[in-house]
Amino acid sequence: MTAKIELIGVKKRFGTKVVLDGVDLTIEKQSSTVIIGGSGTGKSVTIKCILGILTPDEGTILIDGEDVTRLKGSARDPLMKKFGMLFQAGALFDSLPVWENVAFGLIQGHGMARAKAKDVAIEKLAKVGLGSDVAYLSPSELSGGMQKRVGLARAIAANPEIIFFDEPTTGLDPIMADVINNLVISTVKNVGATALSITHDMVSARKISDRIAMLYKGKIIWQGSTGEIDKSGNPYVEQFIHGRAEGPIKMAVKA
Amino acid sequence: MHGARKGGAAEGRATGLKMNFLAAIGRAILTLLAEIGRLSTFTARAIASCASPPIYGRLILGQVVRIGYFSLPVVGLTAFFTGGALALQIYLGGNRYGAESIVPQIVVLGITRELGPVIAGLMVAGRVAAAIAAEIGTMRVTEQIDALTTLATNPVKYLVVPRLVAAILSMPVLVAIADAVGVFGGYVVSTESLGFTGSIYLKNTVDFATRQDVSSGLIKAAVFGFIIALLGCYHGFNSKGGAQGVGNATTNAVVSASILILAANYLLTSILFATT
Repeated sequence: MTAKIELIGVKKRFGTKVVLDGVDLTIEKQSSTVIIGGSGTGKSVTIKCILGILTPDEGTILIDGEDVTRLKGSARDPLMKKFGMLFQAGALFDSLPVWENVAFGLIQGHGMARAKAKDVAIEKLAKVGLGSDVAYLSPSELSGGMQKRVGLARAIAANPEIIFFDEPTTGLDPIMADVINNLVISTVKNVGATALSITHDMVSARKISDRIAMLYKGKIIWQGSTGEIDKSGNPYVEQFIHGRAEGPIKMAVKA
Repeated sequence: MHGARKGGAAEGRATGLKMNFLAAIGRAILTLLAEIGRLSTFTARAIASCASPPIYGRLILGQVVRIGYFSLPVVGLTAFFTGGALALQIYLGGNRYGAESIVPQIVVLGITRELGPVIAGLMVAGRVAAAIAAEIGTMRVTEQIDALTTLATNPVKYLVVPRLVAAILSMPVLVAIADAVGVFGGYVVSTESLGFTGSIYLKNTVDFATRQDVSSGLIKAAVFGFIIALLGCYHGFNSKGGAQGVGNATTNAVVSASILILAANYLLTSILFATT
């Protein structure tokens, strides 16, 4: 079976700063993979390369076995319809009411009639536990947790095949974080999608993933099933999952 | 031996200084060329996107209201006072040669050919280029533009094209209104304080103005509209680094749009009124 997403030797530099230094990663269909790693290790850049927001300098990205690394413009349109993404800070369109945010991909990307798209939006909002009264509010009137839920509803609105989650629990209280974790799991299962998340929240990572990969200095230094992470035998992974300041990973902190 | 080494060091420092100076000039030129290159690529992408579907009619209409309609008070007021001041100056200047009666002719010429489009252009640049850069810049730093991409929507088509089209359509209308209000400003000052008779003033204005005076101003207006929306969008799209980045984008949009409007104005005047 061809993998849903495959990254082969993906490299990306910004000026002289090497962010991705040959990332190899295979994500099976309908699996949930989490990439862990410290801030600035290239987790977001990895997702942006797959999405095509950034173009890798070297390497290949395959989606359903098709090379999409340098697909541009309108040639990319059918591919983009396979994707949904939950952004870290929501990235909701503040000029549009909540329902139009959720319906956006349906109306603009898929050409659905507004009235029908609105019904779908309200149905998706219900799936993430939001009533239809929220649909007419502006995103700025919502709390952080509610914005995340709306972002989630928007990400799943068009029944995407692949959903990306950028730090789904960052900035939320522990209870709301767990609510979002459950929503992530249930929405991915309901849609039958393949999920790729990035996070540094280990509680969330353990809960939402089947597989975990650790990114360090632009390379995947360890990957395995979620159950194996406690016996990885990798000192970098050990240090990260236990959150120790001492270890092989040195933070760039000026003492 | 000792002296020679000292001399060598001084020479080395001088060369180093010269190299630093040249390097600084080189860096500045490279930065400028890179900026011109980026702006050209952005312009090409924007124009190509105008020509291919989907075209968002609803968004264009919304931008016409924001760019055109809401600019009416600002443009109208500035045009009125400019026309008034122009009438006063021409009267005082003409007085030196006993040519005060030329006021209506020069006012209409000055307003339609130059001041109408330039003043409307600069006012709209201040109002609209800033608003566009701030809005799109905020969308950039809060990842809303990336979100558009993930929702299978081309950000250039969704954000840039409606603003470009709306500005190109709105500016000539705004300038036509500015022309009328500017002439009216001159008329009010001339009839109220300079002793002109209203009907004669208007007759002189209408008889003197040619179709080319007005149309050249409207052509300029469309070009200025393009410059305003393009630079607002360009700086917004390329803003980075949070609140300060958006602030810089806004400033750069207004400053670069204003300078380009004045430069384009000279160029257009020399082309439209070529003396050959």
